[in-house]
Amino acid sequence: MSNNWEMVIGLEVHAQLNTSSKLFSSSPNQFGSEPNENVNFIDSGMPGMLPVMNFACIEMAIKTGFALNFNINKYSVFERKNYFYPDLPQGYQISQFEFPILTEGFINIDNPDNQKKIRIERAHLEQDAGKSIHDIDPKFSFIDLNRVGTPLLEIVSYPDLSSAEEVVSYMSSLRQVLMYIDVCDGNMQEGSLRADVNLSVRHKGGELGTRCEIKNLNSFKFIRQAIEYEFKRQIDVIESGGKIEQNTMLFDTSTGETRAMRSKEFSHDYRYFPDPDLLPVNLTQDLIDKVKTLVGELPQAKLDKFIKDYNVDKDIAKIITAEKQNAILFEKMISETDVKPKFIAAWLVGDIFAFIKENNLEVSSLNEKTKEITDLLKLVSDDVISNKAGKEILPRVLNGQGNPSDIVKELGLEQVSDSGELEKIIDESLIGEEENISKFQGGSDRVLGYFVGKCLKATKGKGNPKLINKILLERLKK
Amino acid sequence: MKNSISHIKNSLRGKKISVEELYDEFFTKAKSSKTNSFNLLLDKEINIQSIKESQKRYENGNPLPLDGIPLGIKDLFCTKGIRTTASSKILSNFTPDYESFITQKLLDDGSIFIGKNNCDEFAMGSSNETSFFGPVKNPWKNKNVPTDDLVPGGSSGGSAAAVAEGTCVASMGTDTGGSIRQPASLCGIVGLKPTFGSCSRWGIVAFASSLDQAGPLTNSVEDAALILNSINKHDFNDSTSSNHVREDYLYGINDKLDQKIKIGIPSDYLKDVSGDILSQIENTKKALFKHNVEFVDVEFKTTEYALSTYYILAPAEASSNLARYDGIRYGVREEGKTLDDIYLNSRTRGFGDEVTRRILIGAYVLSAGYYDAYYRQAQKVRRLIKDDFQRIFNDVDFILTPTTPNEAFKIGDKLDPISMYKNDIYTVPTSLAGLPGISIPSGLSTNGLPLGIQFIGNYFEEKKLLQIAALAEKELNFNEQ
Repeated sequence: MSNNWEMVIGLEVHAQLNTSSKLFSSSPNQFGSEPNENVNFIDSGMPGMLPVMNFACIEMAIKTGFALNFNINKYSVFERKNYFYPDLPQGYQISQFEFPILTEGFINIDNPDNQKKIRIERAHLEQDAGKSIHDIDPKFSFIDLNRVGTPLLEIVSYPDLSSAEEVVSYMSSLRQVLMYIDVCDGNMQEGSLRADVNLSVRHKGGELGTRCEIKNLNSFKFIRQAIEYEFKRQIDVIESGGKIEQNTMLFDTSTGETRAMRSKEFSHDYRYFPDPDLLPVNLTQDLIDKVKTLVGELPQAKLDKFIKDYNVDKDIAKIITAEKQNAILFEKMISETDVKPKFIAAWLVGDIFAFIKENNLEVSSLNEKTKEITDLLKLVSDDVISNKAGKEILPRVLNGQGNPSDIVKELGLEQVSDSGELEKIIDESLIGEEENISKFQGGSDRVLGYFVGKCLKATKGKGNPKLINKILLERLKK
Repeated sequence: MKNSISHIKNSLRGKKISVEELYDEFFTKAKSSKTNSFNLLLDKEINIQSIKESQKRYENGNPLPLDGIPLGIKDLFCTKGIRTTASSKILSNFTPDYESFITQKLLDDGSIFIGKNNCDEFAMGSSNETSFFGPVKNPWKNKNVPTDDLVPGGSSGGSAAAVAEGTCVASMGTDTGGSIRQPASLCGIVGLKPTFGSCSRWGIVAFASSLDQAGPLTNSVEDAALILNSINKHDFNDSTSSNHVREDYLYGINDKLDQKIKIGIPSDYLKDVSGDILSQIENTKKALFKHNVEFVDVEFKTTEYALSTYYILAPAEASSNLARYDGIRYGVREEGKTLDDIYLNSRTRGFGDEVTRRILIGAYVLSAGYYDAYYRQAQKVRRLIKDDFQRIFNDVDFILTPTTPNEAFKIGDKLDPISMYKNDIYTVPTSLAGLPGISIPSGLSTNGLPLGIQFIGNYFEEKKLLQIAALAEKELNFNEQ
């Protein structure tokens, strides 16, 4: 395989909106119910049933419009996409086609050494289909209509992506933004966010090739695998003298391979036309302005703020802003204490996140405990207790087993920061150490560590190491 | 009038008849009728509770607006617990678990359903010959060929025939391109299609969503107004339901016209019509002339395009609306080896020829490469037709037309689809524009068959429309002819 191939990728991302009811019916929009539990007469396509638009979906689309720099179209139209399938009870999917609600947006993604702008062609609202289950019974297929009518926002990028890494970065940036503005729960495993990957290959800088569409990828791992496999497959076909056919591909998660599902010749003619059961969506400027106030701070703005205003290191700030709930917890802590944000940030991404991970908790579960956490961090940053002691009692604080100062008292962990007391201990520890003292004075810095350790031991670990260090140096340099 | 709702209510109030006796009377007559105007009759046992409650309200002196009135319901309205088929094989085993908005309103106002009226399959037809349950016979006979069975018109043919023969007091129909007005005309009764958006479509088996509208078929204009009062309500569950202010359509219906009324007669509609049809218009002019009514000639620019526009748009919507009848979740399923076979067999055997024809036309005009030439073009023409009406309504209060170009014809006579479609030439433009129209019987043809005239009003002007229709009805005095 020669090296001068490159891939050109565009993504269609389907984000399920986290509304309480469906796009055109009042059935609950929730994952994990018993099969066909969240289905009413509209969802099951009964005769004479009519769709009624759930306005919450429109508001979420507008929010997304602001968050992803879209043109928000005041006029959009729901159309019917007609095809037959048992998990599509109406015989058509209600979607937007000619007049989508959002057009021409973009998002910036981080590459290792630069930011790249990924242009987004459009985003439109549509209904999700149900699920056909073919692997329970050898003879019968089963239909679960719970997902029918779940609101989706389909976000269609331009072919601006040129590697699996960029695709993953784009997808995770989208996920981050959609979760920040609270329109999608971002749960890829449950299918709340899935992608169709359109990929073609070409010689670097050459003419665009024929693309294939890999359907329905719902994890970053699968996206990466599918792209890498498909990239190689297309190059192999061309290099061995073949031609790429415009196919719709399925990714087999067990083999890591893509295979053709249907070719363009057999592609459906969806016979789109405006749904006569629904009126066109006409948005007023008032509504758009109102929704704008609900967008909130976006991840990039938060990141900038944490770095610039709070002096947090970029890498740490990125971890904190990766998910909205991290940022919420962090900002709550900052607002409740005078401990430096940078100090809090380090603890947050360190021991606090470690605790959360170990105990399988939600970050948001700590929102109720920020007072205790910041009290503890204050004790550490004021040198009342050592860093080590702070780490030791953190789990007890997070488990709600008492407030930090009580625990510190109970365990007798206050640091000795009384210099008179420490001087006494240091002087005692230097008795009979003439040999080591002269070694230090002869230039061996390592001896200092030995003395600090000896002093700390003498204070049973409660001596303030910084102070010990300082006094020791004074004594030794005499 | 003997069979008018107000007359019957008076009898019930005056204890000349009980609600149960009334039901028995109509039921017995319907049961023995040979018109095939019902595809399902509801035994008294099914309705006994409602009958008793209705009787009690009469005895307590507080009857509801339609209390105890036996109604027929076109079998396109979903009725809870009562088989609803759209007169199609594919739904011949379907019983909905919900009540349509309109029929619920009728029940709320005390009426009692005597049965489901036969109709053209999925309301597609102008003669009621496409029904899975067989054709409906018009109760009227051609006096020159009395042995012929005549069509009642369609698609609400069962409704019209039943009202005309007196097997129900009134019937609830639907009109997509003339399906209330045309059969009303051919059966000598009143048929009202309200403005699109007046009456909720929720729970009506959809044919063409942008055109379908429910309305009453009745013995009199007054009855139509009374029923309109019950069904003309805003419905949040129908996104195209209008939230304009509703009026009491009965109140003041017989009031004297207090200002000069101008009625336009489209000269292009009358170019090639028979003397029988022309004389309906002439008689109406004469009858209304003394009532401060002025008649003017008007001319449409779009009439010749209306039928082709309709026969693109209605099938396009139908092809999609009928996609849900796939044999998977309800209705009749014909088995097959593959999923595609199940679809193919269920739909091929489940739908009749006319429905199949329209699904094919609809799929064709929406398909890639033809959409712009047909569907999009037709939408543009539809806009022009609306504009054409508005131009004329700038100058006149109403438009007067014949309802149909001909009298009732023999069953089996119009097998060619195009000549059948032409039956709706005067009703289709109104439907495309979404305007209200009412057909009232105006006279008899030389063959002794009823003919009707249509008054068309501007949007949501049903009140005025019913007033002029009531006046014309009184002056033309069809029922005494």
